[in-house]
Amino acid sequence: MSAAVETAKHASPQKRQRAHLTDRAKAERSLGWKLAGPAFVVMLFVTLWPIADAVWLSLFNYRLTDPAGKTFVWFQNYITALSDPLFWQTFVTTFAIVIFTLIFELIFGMALAMVMHKIVIPRKTLRTIVLIPYSIITVVSAFAWTYAVSVSSGFMNYWLHFITAGGFPLDYDWFGGRWSSLFIICLSEIWKTTPFMSLLLLAGLAQVDSSMEEAAQVDGATWWQRFYKVVLPNMKAALMVAVLFRTLDAIRIYDNPYVMTGGAHETTTLSMLVSNETITRVEIGMGSCLSVILFIIVLIVAAIFVRGFKVDLTSSGGN
Amino acid sequence: MKRLRSRRRATALAVSVSMLASVGIAACGSSSGGGAGQASLTWFINPDGGGSNPKGGGQAQLAAECSTSKYKINIQLLPNSASDQQTQLLRRLAAGDSSVDLMSVDPAYVTQFAAANYFAPVPAAMVKQIKSGGTVQSSVTASTYNGKIIAVPFWANTQVLWYRKSVAKKAGLDMSKPVTWDQIIAAAQKTHTDIGVQAALYEGYSVWINALVAGAGGSIVDNPNADYQHIKMGLNSAAGRTAAQIIRKVSDTGVGGPALSSSEETQALNLFQAASSSGFLVNWPYVWAALNTPPKVPWINDVGWTEYPESVAGQPARPPFGGIELAVGRSSAHVGLAYQAAQCITSPSHQAQYMIGTGNPAAAKSVYNEPAIKKAFPGGLAALIVQSLDKAATRPLSPYWGDISTALQQRFSPPNNVTSKTPATTQQFVLKVLNGKALL
Repeated sequence: MSAAVETAKHASPQKRQRAHLTDRAKAERSLGWKLAGPAFVVMLFVTLWPIADAVWLSLFNYRLTDPAGKTFVWFQNYITALSDPLFWQTFVTTFAIVIFTLIFELIFGMALAMVMHKIVIPRKTLRTIVLIPYSIITVVSAFAWTYAVSVSSGFMNYWLHFITAGGFPLDYDWFGGRWSSLFIICLSEIWKTTPFMSLLLLAGLAQVDSSMEEAAQVDGATWWQRFYKVVLPNMKAALMVAVLFRTLDAIRIYDNPYVMTGGAHETTTLSMLVSNETITRVEIGMGSCLSVILFIIVLIVAAIFVRGFKVDLTSSGGN
Repeated sequence: MKRLRSRRRATALAVSVSMLASVGIAACGSSSGGGAGQASLTWFINPDGGGSNPKGGGQAQLAAECSTSKYKINIQLLPNSASDQQTQLLRRLAAGDSSVDLMSVDPAYVTQFAAANYFAPVPAAMVKQIKSGGTVQSSVTASTYNGKIIAVPFWANTQVLWYRKSVAKKAGLDMSKPVTWDQIIAAAQKTHTDIGVQAALYEGYSVWINALVAGAGGSIVDNPNADYQHIKMGLNSAAGRTAAQIIRKVSDTGVGGPALSSSEETQALNLFQAASSSGFLVNWPYVWAALNTPPKVPWINDVGWTEYPESVAGQPARPPFGGIELAVGRSSAHVGLAYQAAQCITSPSHQAQYMIGTGNPAAAKSVYNEPAIKKAFPGGLAALIVQSLDKAATRPLSPYWGDISTALQQRFSPPNNVTSKTPATTQQFVLKVLNGKALL
């Protein structure tokens, strides 16, 4: 949407420019198309076609094991899905995870980024250490956390029991309820993706001109004022890109709840619902419909960020 | 210059095409391996005690022993859970994978595959043999869809009632006659012992519910061959309510143990192994080997077994049915050879060998008369198994059983929330799910 608006805005100057194109510019442009063209075609084939196919399939009542029973039902699947309590339950679960993890990842990520930015001597070592959780495969980290908090083999309950001087029950079943399960799922997410956040934020911090900070200091600004009035506004682009990426990433959450609870106690997320319908029940029609809905949710979130917070994805590279 | 460029382009194209082709070939594998004229069959097996060891006593050993000069049987191990096995096989079969020659199929989804026409028709000679009466009835039923034999019975499983002789005696229960659920619940309450059952949110819970409904003379699905628009359910009936009542009673009286809602086969067995709580247990025959292999339970001589409990007094019980069917893929390049292999694998002598090797009971009745089997399943246990298998009730042979089962488990969980209205609401929910009017 916004891309279309922007092209419309820039359409007239571009038209004028095109008339003045030199031969060399024309040749470069055609070379560019020749170089990028094949990749572009491949991308259309592997992304646009499956998406269009999913939209088409979502209009059918179609089970893979019953091809003869395939019937065209218009938007019946969408009506069913959007009026189903299970869909809204997974929606709430997913966004509870997104919001909770995002807030904490932002705070911890920012803190880590500032430490990495200021510390000079073991810089490389520090950055490597910080990145370790991010380099662990999500399924592996999910299993590690599952075992860490499990009643029979975990150590978490013993630690909490020790810290609270016996106040915390040793046999507390973290995966026995909805919110306690979600808490562990979020904790594992935060532990794993904070490094990613901190790296993006570190790139933003590096963009802030240190002379501005010095000037503010000379003018008598406190640490908080310098952070809030100088650093943050100057790294807004990087900050918003980090938040946008993490949000879109978190909406797709699947591995952690799948490994930890398997969706029990109302911890099924949107992605898990899609996979239940498509992979387990082979209800291709309903599964496609849910994937399309998930896709639209992602588009809406992206649009809110890009338009609402005026995130310019093209200028975040440090121009 | 131009020609050179186009030649180079052609070379690049040829290289990339050949690379793609080789990747494709490597991924699919060639179906004609081995020696000259020896075909290569692939058998997708579910994990058993033998693993992939050709001397382990399991399906891998049968594959090695049944290979001839005409064909060699290679095995591919499927995942552990029945639903993961279904996911993997279904994708291959739906795509028409020609390398699925033989497969071990769980009764929970055998009809789904048959209804989707994924199996090659069973040869007439084998159908005749299966129907000749040498195979336990429940296994024949489970291999039938729409009146036709669609798979070859391989092994058959059923549950029996395990109990402590001393506990039954203390409660004054006469175990020489069939007992009812009400009787054993009362006995467990009286002696402060537990009844091990399966009531966690998984397929085993559906197995229990189905056995209770069938035992009360009902059926969860009345017309299993129907498509989703015409399916008629029988859960909302007197039999369904009897089943709900028994489940609730087990939960309310506390005889199901402290963690009834997360009790699977293993947890139920643990409950029976704990000396303080052990009283009764409904479980598969593997329990005997589990109790009898060192470290044995100290009271091994106190362990008794009898027929599955009755849902309604005087009405014969319908024990659960499990096991594995052998099927041949429709797109297989060697259908004839695959059925020859299936014939060898399911021969009574191989079934007996498999039963001893893995503890999984045979589908052929004659196996139970062999001395080696009677020794491995002593004290009339072998006879009890084959007798239970003839009476056992299969889960509804509907292609939609997967959905029905998941809905059942969800609506009947946790057991302490089951009421006399649960069968009615569950039935309504299942029909909505099948018609695409609700998500599962």
